[in-house]
Amino acid sequence: MNGVHDLGGMHGFGPINPEPNEPVFHHEWERRVFGVMMAAFGGGHFNVDQFRHGIERMGAVEYLSGSYYEHWLHALEALLQEHGTITVDELASKWKQFAEGAH
Amino acid sequence: MAEHAHTAPPSDPELRIKALESLLAEKKLIDPAAVDAIIETYETKIGPRNGARVVARAWTDPEYKARLLADATKAIAELGFSGAQGEDMVVVENTEEVHNVVVCTLCSCYPWPTLGLPPVWYKAAPYRARVVSDPRGVLLEFGTVVSDDVEVRVWDSNAELRYLVLPRRPEGTDGWSEEQLAALVSRDSMIGTATIPTPAPGAAP
Repeated sequence: MNGVHDLGGMHGFGPINPEPNEPVFHHEWERRVFGVMMAAFGGGHFNVDQFRHGIERMGAVEYLSGSYYEHWLHALEALLQEHGTITVDELASKWKQFAEGAH
Repeated sequence: MAEHAHTAPPSDPELRIKALESLLAEKKLIDPAAVDAIIETYETKIGPRNGARVVARAWTDPEYKARLLADATKAIAELGFSGAQGEDMVVVENTEEVHNVVVCTLCSCYPWPTLGLPPVWYKAAPYRARVVSDPRGVLLEFGTVVSDDVEVRVWDSNAELRYLVLPRRPEGTDGWSEEQLAALVSRDSMIGTATIPTPAPGAAP
């Protein structure tokens, strides 16, 4: 399927700017996204193709403006809801709880 | 609209992953201690030093190199490196005539057991878009000049097949041990965006 993720040959993205001595993760939340995804994957909640498709179904603007682990987070939330592992209400109630806890 | 406002995810990824991890842990679908262990493994144990050992072995053992080019997955496993995202490996050899470089235009496929997790630039749009149409220009951005009489081959990885570049062994390293050679091998030389410079005379580590 063609889509915004199919980037080969596209123009206009600018320089590559490799970061010298780059750390494996740049933020604590990236660590957690990686670990939770791997644990959920290991638990058989989705397969690798479903996960990639979860990323490929992102909207073009969100895909291009989001960082790599934001893509992962999007796919994780989407697949776990679609597969009935969690519901959006459960997630929303957690968002509320943590947002309030942070203030 | 009210329903949407209620369920639209917050913009802060830190809050979102905290919420998700907490929910999955409450449902006993993941164990936060196991999550910690996974993270630690990929931060400290699995990285390009593994791939460097494969390269150094291939440079010093012609029979190993032959096995590596014939069945990379199996030969890499001989050194103890296998598992997620390394299930089906191909090693492509740089020579006087050919320089290889690896990309995943569609996403981020990368040989985790030998190189660890990919750097940000490997997963980002500029590299993925341009290395297939202007590889020499991209290599220049990494400070890598490939002479015009050398063919550049770009390999597009996918979920079923991942590539590792076997870089050229630099001159002036005759008699170096496998361990000394491995110390010369950079991550980028195994992606193909770099070559390995000739060490200064007498620079054996």
